[in-house]
Amino acid sequence: MNRLTASFWFSLGLAVIVLLCDGCRRRPTALTYIPGHSRSVTNEMAGLMDDGTRIPQPPGTGANDLTRGRTDTGPIPLPDRALRENMNEDREYFKNQTVYFDFDKAAVRASERHKVQAVADALKKRPEASVEVEGHCDERGTEEYNRSLGERRALSIREYLVLLGISSERIFTVSFGEDKPAVPGHNEAAWSKNRRGEFILLTPKP
Amino acid sequence: MKSFNISRRRMARNLGLGAAALCLLGRSLSAQNGEETLVIPKEANPASVIPVAVTGFSGEVDQVVRFDLEVLGCEIVPPDRAVYLVQGSNQGNVQGALLDARTKNSLLAKAYTGGTLRAQAHAFANDVILSLRGTKPIFHTQIAFKADRGNSREIYVSDFDGHNPVAITRDNSIVAAPCWRPGTRILYYNSYKEGFPAIYMHDLNAGIRKPVARHPGSNISPAVAPDGKLALILSKGGNPNLYVADADGQNPRRLTNSREGESSPCWSPDGKKICYASRQEGGRGLYVVDVASGQIRRLRTALVNNATEPDWSPDGKWIAFTTQTGPNSFEVCVIPAEGGEAIRLAPGEDPSWAPNSRTLAIARRTANGNRVLSLLDVPTKRVKDAHQVGGSASQPSWAR
Repeated sequence: MNRLTASFWFSLGLAVIVLLCDGCRRRPTALTYIPGHSRSVTNEMAGLMDDGTRIPQPPGTGANDLTRGRTDTGPIPLPDRALRENMNEDREYFKNQTVYFDFDKAAVRASERHKVQAVADALKKRPEASVEVEGHCDERGTEEYNRSLGERRALSIREYLVLLGISSERIFTVSFGEDKPAVPGHNEAAWSKNRRGEFILLTPKP
Repeated sequence: MKSFNISRRRMARNLGLGAAALCLLGRSLSAQNGEETLVIPKEANPASVIPVAVTGFSGEVDQVVRFDLEVLGCEIVPPDRAVYLVQGSNQGNVQGALLDARTKNSLLAKAYTGGTLRAQAHAFANDVILSLRGTKPIFHTQIAFKADRGNSREIYVSDFDGHNPVAITRDNSIVAAPCWRPGTRILYYNSYKEGFPAIYMHDLNAGIRKPVARHPGSNISPAVAPDGKLALILSKGGNPNLYVADADGQNPRRLTNSREGESSPCWSPDGKKICYASRQEGGRGLYVVDVASGQIRRLRTALVNNATEPDWSPDGKWIAFTTQTGPNSFEVCVIPAEGGEAIRLAPGEDPSWAPNSRTLAIARRTANGNRVLSLLDVPTKRVKDAHQVGGSASQPSWAR
């Protein structure tokens, strides 16, 4: 009971930090030269291309960076691979909980947190089950950078699940970088569907 | 209007700096080769495009000679505009000569035997380039790359120009990031054969391979030092961090502990340092770690942002890398290995140096979203597409 109260206050603290950081985002950023465009973009236009899609921003400055509010724990080591073996995989179970990310960001954005919460709730009801988090990227990045970013996304979701009380030994990660897009195509409609974290329910084979 | 002027001025400044740095590159190249052979190149300026006429060959031999010379910054022109004449024949075997177009002095005359006509043509082109440029021959070398041909995604090895491709994996899975162990026929790469990214060591001569890293999470981006030491990215500690390990993956030792994650390590040719991409300090950039001391410093890549995918030239003097210039556009750049102002070379990604420290294999995105392999001549900034296997090809690694 005590632990629940503590985690409630922690989450509240986190929310306050997130809200404070939100203000920073509207600060004008530096003049950005975009090749192929005859004019520069400044102030409120910064960060947006003519078609409204985001241009690359310095990472780690996002408002909803879950990791920025955390100073209490360091990285959480991954469980031994042997624990992942001999499991049934159910890709349908958490299909509606797929988490979508901002461009070049690994933080779980506020609007996606209820999905992680739903996964945590389900795992609490099924103590025998584990979960694998798959991290994916859109094609707008170099390949190995994306493979690392995909893992970082999966790890962010994992850290959030741990914050919500799921044992780190029950959460595995795998990154596919940009190699397994959910949707083909080379536009923002496709890209926004491809920057994602998927959950696979793992249950011990009988 | 104002911003246009700014960008034009900036461009002019870039070009000026580029030219200065490229001259520097030329000097270092001649010095490097001076140690190995006593060839005095006919063309002292590596950035000059050399007008060459090619006559007398036919079919495949003609194509190979022209292609190879263009890869090293020659322009094929009619004889009346040429500074050098390349003449020869391929009746039976290849024989060829290189002449000064003005004096008609013979600079080279050779005949070749054995192997395929294709190999003979490459050997002749090697000799012509050695005379003209004085650089280490590369036309007999190979590259490894990742190919996605729709229903099959495998690691391929081909000639440097993309011809004679052979799939060396049959994993029917996602594969990535091939990397040669210098001076050997041993290739390291990623395969998701077991459902997760593990690193394999594949001896192409012996035809055997074994997993060398299958820790929890990601085992990605292998890079092998001349002495066989392995650099790799592992996330087993909770972040994708840089590690070094023995050639067989044993004794992994963590070198970084950033929160955001590292990618794409490459070794300095002396095996003492590793350059890699990270998101430390709030931006994507390149870092160099001294392996013995663990000391890390950021590498200055002035004039460009979002640097990833570094590759250290075999002569130790340059680092080529990728910069992201727009939402989905990338350019290959080069900087002095100690850091400095970046020289933008051409649109493309994931550069890999040839043994001559002059040519880069890169992946270029096409309009339909596929990637194709190309060859980039650094001093002249000229790009030539390699022969394509079809589908999408990327992540070239030049055997050196």
